[in-house]
Amino acid sequence: MVIGLEHYLIVAAMLFTLGVAGIILNRKNVIVILMSVELILLSVNLNLVAFSAQLHDLTGQIFALFILTVAAAEAAIGLAILVTYFRNRGTIAVEDINMMKG
Amino acid sequence: MNSLSLELAHALPEAILALGAVVLLLIGAFRGRDDDGPMTELAVVVLGAALVAVVLGGHRPAGVVFDDAFIDDSFGDFMKGLSLTGSIVVLLMSGGFLRQSGVDKFEFPILVVLATLGMLMLISANGLIALYLGLELMSLSLYVVAAISRDDARASEAGLKYFVLGALSSGMLLYGASLLYGFAGSVSFAGIAAAIGGHPNMGVIFGLVFLFAGLAFKMSVVPFHMWTPDVYEGAPTPVTAFFASAPKMAAVAVSTRVIMTAFPGAVSEWQQVIVFMALASMALGSFAAINQSNIKRLMAYSSIGHMGFALVGLAAGTEAGVKGVAVYMAIYLVMTLGAFAAILSMRVNGKAVEKINDLAGLARTNPAMGFFFAMLMFSLAGVPPLAGFFAKFYVFMAAVDAKLYWLAVIGILTSAVAAFYYLRIVKVMYFDEPAPAFDRPSVTQRVVLAVSSLAMLLFWIYPAPLVDAAAAAAHSLF
Repeated sequence: MVIGLEHYLIVAAMLFTLGVAGIILNRKNVIVILMSVELILLSVNLNLVAFSAQLHDLTGQIFALFILTVAAAEAAIGLAILVTYFRNRGTIAVEDINMMKG
Repeated sequence: MNSLSLELAHALPEAILALGAVVLLLIGAFRGRDDDGPMTELAVVVLGAALVAVVLGGHRPAGVVFDDAFIDDSFGDFMKGLSLTGSIVVLLMSGGFLRQSGVDKFEFPILVVLATLGMLMLISANGLIALYLGLELMSLSLYVVAAISRDDARASEAGLKYFVLGALSSGMLLYGASLLYGFAGSVSFAGIAAAIGGHPNMGVIFGLVFLFAGLAFKMSVVPFHMWTPDVYEGAPTPVTAFFASAPKMAAVAVSTRVIMTAFPGAVSEWQQVIVFMALASMALGSFAAINQSNIKRLMAYSSIGHMGFALVGLAAGTEAGVKGVAVYMAIYLVMTLGAFAAILSMRVNGKAVEKINDLAGLARTNPAMGFFFAMLMFSLAGVPPLAGFFAKFYVFMAAVDAKLYWLAVIGILTSAVAAFYYLRIVKVMYFDEPAPAFDRPSVTQRVVLAVSSLAMLLFWIYPAPLVDAAAAAAHSLF
């Protein structure tokens, strides 16, 4: 079996769906949400690299490198906010994030 | 290939902000103190220099630089001017408030400068990579700003909610961008438009929908609005004022640019999405605000509704529609800054209050503030002859000209519903028994409130400068 573009796209779509489901369905822990965000970003990178190889165009790989860099910054900021939240509330359970209704 | 100096000349405002932010950060680090000191004033100088660069560069012919990633045109100049104005006014109003609340950290003005740099890059983005980087520079700064009040549980909850939903939305935007790149074969907006050529395939349509999901989150339009009321309520009031003003300008500007330059060949596809978002935002912004007792939460629903009205002009997809959007955003910016100047002044014996009932009898305890705030409420409701009426007039006329009759009709009906809660505030201020009087507001808060209110009141006398500038801005996109 030849592994073609569609296989990469299907795997990336599955990873993306898993990441979104992880954010929406998870009721336990905010750390899991951060991991789901990384999953989404990596599925996008897989997409971009597969397209880049298919199109014989380097732009997609450059885009993927930018995403990796920004994802690192995003994770750092997310963890920093999580630390301030934990210091104030003493918990990072998702169901406790309910001081304001909505 | 242009010379580097020419490319930098087109990006001069961005260069000023980037260098300014670095210098400010160094000053802040070497001062060795946590408090704000002169940092807010210095940040205002940096932002003001960028605003001068935008205004003075307005006469230059449009240019596309940095390998098609960056475009400098009059639409960009117009929206950059609005964003910078929003940031400057918010910084000027916020200093005293943050000091009294004990959160006058020197990082706040620096983060505002960095977020504004992200907005300017976003407004000038001419390709998906530039769009993503501008959006993230803006968003990452905003996440931190939302949680800047570190010891306040509500503020850190607001920051956490904003971060999680924001990360999800930028993931969706990226997924859409990757599909667009794959199925159109280019990351530049012009390249995407050329590849679509009137017959978008399924991959491009998927990409378009995901891209709009991410942009809709930044504009806070339904169905991606859930973060808005919580973040507006939890964050310190100057931060809320910032969120309601400058980033909205950038998000609407980049959405307009993407639609007009990348998807002119997929009108029927994006129009459905924008019409739905406009309808849902106008309806939610009108009905959900009725029951609110917290004025910041009310302003959150109000801003959702106003973004819906702005999208009505975008849905038309015509030059008149874009002109309507530009006028709407300018007037919305002035109204919002004025309203938040009043909300920042709501302080009893040094303690900030934010219930609508705290405004009771304001017309008797502080007649000038009551009058100006009431005028802003009339303008937000769209009562003629105030400026808010003209803002709605332009977008609805564009929708009617584009044969979106029912969209315009529903928009007018929902704005009538929204008028109820704006007028309720006026009623509370003028006819209820007075609540404890507010402390004397700072000079900048009084000036911003009076100037914005009078500008809205007297807009009809001489609307030409704004309308002409918006028309020139809209023309540069077509």
